[in-house]
Amino acid sequence: MLRYAVRRLLFAIPTLLVISFIIFALLDLAPSDPTAQLPLTIPEEVREMIKKSLGLGQPFHIRYLKWLEQFMVNEPLNLIEQYWNIQIGDSESRLRVRSWSTRAPVVDLIADRLPQTLSVVGISYIVAILIAVPIGVVSAYKQYSIFDQLGTFISMVGFSVPTFFTGTVLIVIFSVMLGWLPSIYDTTLEVTDVDSFIAQFKQMIMPVMVLGLFNAAQLSRFMRSSMLDNLNQEYVRTARSKGLSEPVVILVHVLRNSMIPVVTVIALGLPSTFAGAIITEQIFRINGVGQLLIGAIEGADIPTVQTVTFIFAILIVLFNLVADLLYGILDPRIRYD
Amino acid sequence: MLKTRTLILATAAVAMFASAAHAARGTDGQLKILYWQAPSILNPFLSGGTKDIHASSLIIEPLAHYDSDGNMVPALAVEIPTVANGGVTKDLKSITWKLKKGVLWSDGSAFTAKDVEFTAAYCLHPEGGCNAAERFQDVTSVEAIDDHTVKISFKVPKPFPYGPFVGSEAPIIQKAQFENCMGAKAPSCTEQNFGTIGTGPFTVAEFKPNDVVLYKMNENYRDPAKPAFDSVLLKGGGDAVSAARAVLETGEFDYAWNLQVEPEILSTMAKAGKGEVLSSFGTSVERLMVQLTNPDPALGDKRATYQGGKNPHPFMSDKAVRRALSMAIDRAILVDAGYGPAGRVTCNVLPAPAIYASTANDWCKTQDIAGANKLLDDAGWKRGSDGVREKGGVQLSLLFQTSTNSVRQGTQALIKQMWAEIGVETELKNISASVFFGGDQSSPDTFQKNFADIEMYTNNFNGTDPENYMLRWTCDKMPSLETQWIGQNMPRYCDPEYDKLAAYLAETASIEERAIIAKKMNDMLIEYGAIIPLIHRGGVAARANSLGGGAYPNVWDATPWNIQNWHRTK
Amino acid sequence: MTESVQSQTLPIEPETAVEFKHRSPWLDVWHQFRSHKGAMAGVSVFTLIVLAVLLGPYIHDIDPQYLDYKSKNQGMSAVHPMGTDNLGRDMFAQVLAGGRTSLAVGVTAMALSLTLGTLVGVMAGFFTRLDGVLMRLTDLFLALPILPLLLVIIMLFRDALRSVFGPEIGIFMLIVFVIGITSWMQTARIVRGEVLALKERELVLAARSIGTRPHRLIFRHIFPNVLSPIMVSATLGVAAAIITESALSFLGLGFPSDFPTWGRLLFDGVPFLNINPARVIWPGLAISLTVLSVNYIGDGLRDAMDPRIRGR
Repeated sequence: MLRYAVRRLLFAIPTLLVISFIIFALLDLAPSDPTAQLPLTIPEEVREMIKKSLGLGQPFHIRYLKWLEQFMVNEPLNLIEQYWNIQIGDSESRLRVRSWSTRAPVVDLIADRLPQTLSVVGISYIVAILIAVPIGVVSAYKQYSIFDQLGTFISMVGFSVPTFFTGTVLIVIFSVMLGWLPSIYDTTLEVTDVDSFIAQFKQMIMPVMVLGLFNAAQLSRFMRSSMLDNLNQEYVRTARSKGLSEPVVILVHVLRNSMIPVVTVIALGLPSTFAGAIITEQIFRINGVGQLLIGAIEGADIPTVQTVTFIFAILIVLFNLVADLLYGILDPRIRYD
Repeated sequence: MLKTRTLILATAAVAMFASAAHAARGTDGQLKILYWQAPSILNPFLSGGTKDIHASSLIIEPLAHYDSDGNMVPALAVEIPTVANGGVTKDLKSITWKLKKGVLWSDGSAFTAKDVEFTAAYCLHPEGGCNAAERFQDVTSVEAIDDHTVKISFKVPKPFPYGPFVGSEAPIIQKAQFENCMGAKAPSCTEQNFGTIGTGPFTVAEFKPNDVVLYKMNENYRDPAKPAFDSVLLKGGGDAVSAARAVLETGEFDYAWNLQVEPEILSTMAKAGKGEVLSSFGTSVERLMVQLTNPDPALGDKRATYQGGKNPHPFMSDKAVRRALSMAIDRAILVDAGYGPAGRVTCNVLPAPAIYASTANDWCKTQDIAGANKLLDDAGWKRGSDGVREKGGVQLSLLFQTSTNSVRQGTQALIKQMWAEIGVETELKNISASVFFGGDQSSPDTFQKNFADIEMYTNNFNGTDPENYMLRWTCDKMPSLETQWIGQNMPRYCDPEYDKLAAYLAETASIEERAIIAKKMNDMLIEYGAIIPLIHRGGVAARANSLGGGAYPNVWDATPWNIQNWHRTK
Repeated sequence: MTESVQSQTLPIEPETAVEFKHRSPWLDVWHQFRSHKGAMAGVSVFTLIVLAVLLGPYIHDIDPQYLDYKSKNQGMSAVHPMGTDNLGRDMFAQVLAGGRTSLAVGVTAMALSLTLGTLVGVMAGFFTRLDGVLMRLTDLFLALPILPLLLVIIMLFRDALRSVFGPEIGIFMLIVFVIGITSWMQTARIVRGEVLALKERELVLAARSIGTRPHRLIFRHIFPNVLSPIMVSATLGVAAAIITESALSFLGLGFPSDFPTWGRLLFDGVPFLNINPARVIWPGLAISLTVLSVNYIGDGLRDAMDPRIRGR
């Protein structure tokens, strides 16, 4: 297992390099333009100058290698400097990856937004797991019971209704009609006392629920079907015939063996916690990483899109490795060698 | 003739300061403004869009602003220089601004003419990528005569010398702050670009790029009674509908900017009684740009290019077709469906200011299906069995493109149906705005390439002088492969007569004569049918009932240009 | 370890039992499927929806694109059973027309993504040598930013497809392709995970030990046992494809604006929530009903094909 993990980690480096190159090429090919949002009254000659000042005049491979150096060497060095408060070499003239629209270092922008994304999207994921796993287990155990039918119905409706719709409906009900919750997320709010905590809690309810229910719908389907598969396995009968109590059979043996597809879904979902939930963040105006990404894509802010997507890629590779290792723990018979 | 010309433009130097006897500085709490596009930088010279210019207009000021009617109002200047008051020389080659005395930057240092001089140098630096560079066109020098006098000299006579430092797109930045941020270093000055020091009523307290700006009042602001609010929260992001909702229905915000959504949505929300919908009109015209050259992909590099007039469009080159297309459109319905109070029917590509607005084309204001049908019949376009007209094997079947936006798609659908009534078949296409308005040369979908038969978008001009705007449709402004698709002459209109008028306009100084020439140019374009104007568009905004002091959409300048006067009404 | 107890006794038993009782396993699946009430309800609703969108336009023959501007924003009436939108288009006709596109996109895109996902997943799980390469490919596709990808694909292929197949079919193919190619990864990873576990189960080990060829092993033993997560992916896939299509339309990358789909009708209706709730209720209901019925059909199929349940 350890050898496998190390081998995979080593293999991840060339993989990520290839991914970074493909993303960069893709963004370079894409026809959107960083000057598209400027007022049309600004003439094209000025636009060309702006593009040159962004470094767009240089050939493709130079720009890629520059980005690679800035991201792989300069940014880590900078992080180390900040963390231990030391200076390595000539840190003043070291170029950082800068966003075209804000002209600020992209890594700082991400760091600025990570707390919101982690709290809102992260909590919504926890909520989703907390809702989905029990529903999945119970509906499988009592297949075709009323609970199962209702659970199936609600989760399928939940999945088939997009977040742009649920979000707006919730806003119309709870903000416009009832006036209980704010429709716009106040990102300048700092939690210092009970009142600000309540305010923070109130503004998080709607986005967390919208996302949580959407994810729970999907997770609970996989949980239920996987439980059903395992409930009919021979080992369950064996375990029961050995006289193990029902809760032990279900919660220890069946649940554990049913987790493989669910672990996959969660492992694929966790990196997207980082990338945020684009539509939900947009609707409630949460300044998360998702909003940063969509804004950067719309504004053709290539350094930002490239960096955010690449960090996303790193997380995907890592979490998929974790999922593979978890498979081995959940089912010791799985071997990779 | 030299005396009268700039006078009209510079009349309203007074006004506007009549409002508040009621409040002292900073007594009205927090003002909350909502923009559905979020500000990403607070240095307007490096900005990526209108939102950044507006967000920085609370902090830094130009020498003069435009008010919401398009009149110039002094800001950091004592008065608007004109030939009459001696501020503009008779040869129109230089303008001298007198600056207000005793103005302080928010860090407490004195504002002087050196700062103005520096701002010009900053923006004119070739490596800086300053987006206000056009404002400094033909400027040969900007020099500080003394601490409170600045002289700007031009290469050529400028009948309208108010490009530099007028309006929020070209404000004054502090020399001390930006001295080390010139040229290539400009983008790396994050601290300066995010924490701009200014002379305006507010300063930055907290800035989260692409999200929110929190301003606090500027203790050093020159009017001790202003601003009325002690802080301003400018939140960005989301979409226009929910922005309107937050002001009109939930009352969470005081002002929401640029709400281009279907009018019934706004009017329904306004019924909640928490705020009102406002609109004001500038020079924006939603127009159809006809493609006069052949956009057939089979032509390769010659696709949609002029080729000395040897590449005409198979049917758009017929004037009767262009005229019929315009006659068949019921513009009043387009306004009603997509714009409401934010739109007016127009038949001109140059709709404002009033002295420039022609009335020669008013035939287009009423739909005339019968007339359009007759025109096409007479021109030999016969209806085929499928109802689509044809002549010599060419069908009147056209591709109509625009950018993605629900109002534009609604307009497209309405026009398609109107054209169906005169036997013209339409295929609709919409393109993401970041591609359509971007100049990416590898993309076939940009508005410059106009690889369609007709395309729709809005354009306007800055300030009140239309010269640069009308110059867009001369022969040499046609986009083509040779010009890297640069140029705004999307229809590929080329008429030597028009070019002559354009040259004549550039050397005429009298405002009345300029108006006559510009109107004539406008009429030529419309009469020929190269451009089919649809709607004179205004800016729309929502304002809470409790907000007073002149908060109003300003299409000539940034909306917060007079934010020092905004206050709570009781 | 409870698992080790049954290792000698049970490996081949359920399979052989089935082979003995029935000559035609597919007929057997059909019998089992028919006894599943939810599945039968799902089939009837789904058939009804398909019939409605196919035949409906012949009965309710208002042109979905006709703008009757004077009667805009109307509620339900005899002439307009689902009301009209803000330009006076008949909503019922639009929902019917939109259903054709949405169903076609949903089912085709799902089929494409499922085929790709299952293929990659089974290959990666079964053949250890392919695992590394295929899973890294999956990582790559997961990391690709979808919007720029779409912009590039559309820029490169839209005109070519438009000239060959016409604007509508051309865009249809493009959208199905894009949705399919960007949504197979989850299925692939799930299937692979299951195959990895299955590979070490007794029935597979036993089959392998008697020299069963890999392709036969995959079709006989692996594939039927990973059907259940595939079915879940399929049912979720239809919904996801319909919704993704609406997001694409919203971004200007989808069908032309005079080409309604359920997702777009819903999206366009949301701002009009207060004025005319019918504009979101009907398309929303159509999507939900479709997704629900597909889900129940999937449940029924899964149960019917599961050799262990079928035996009982």
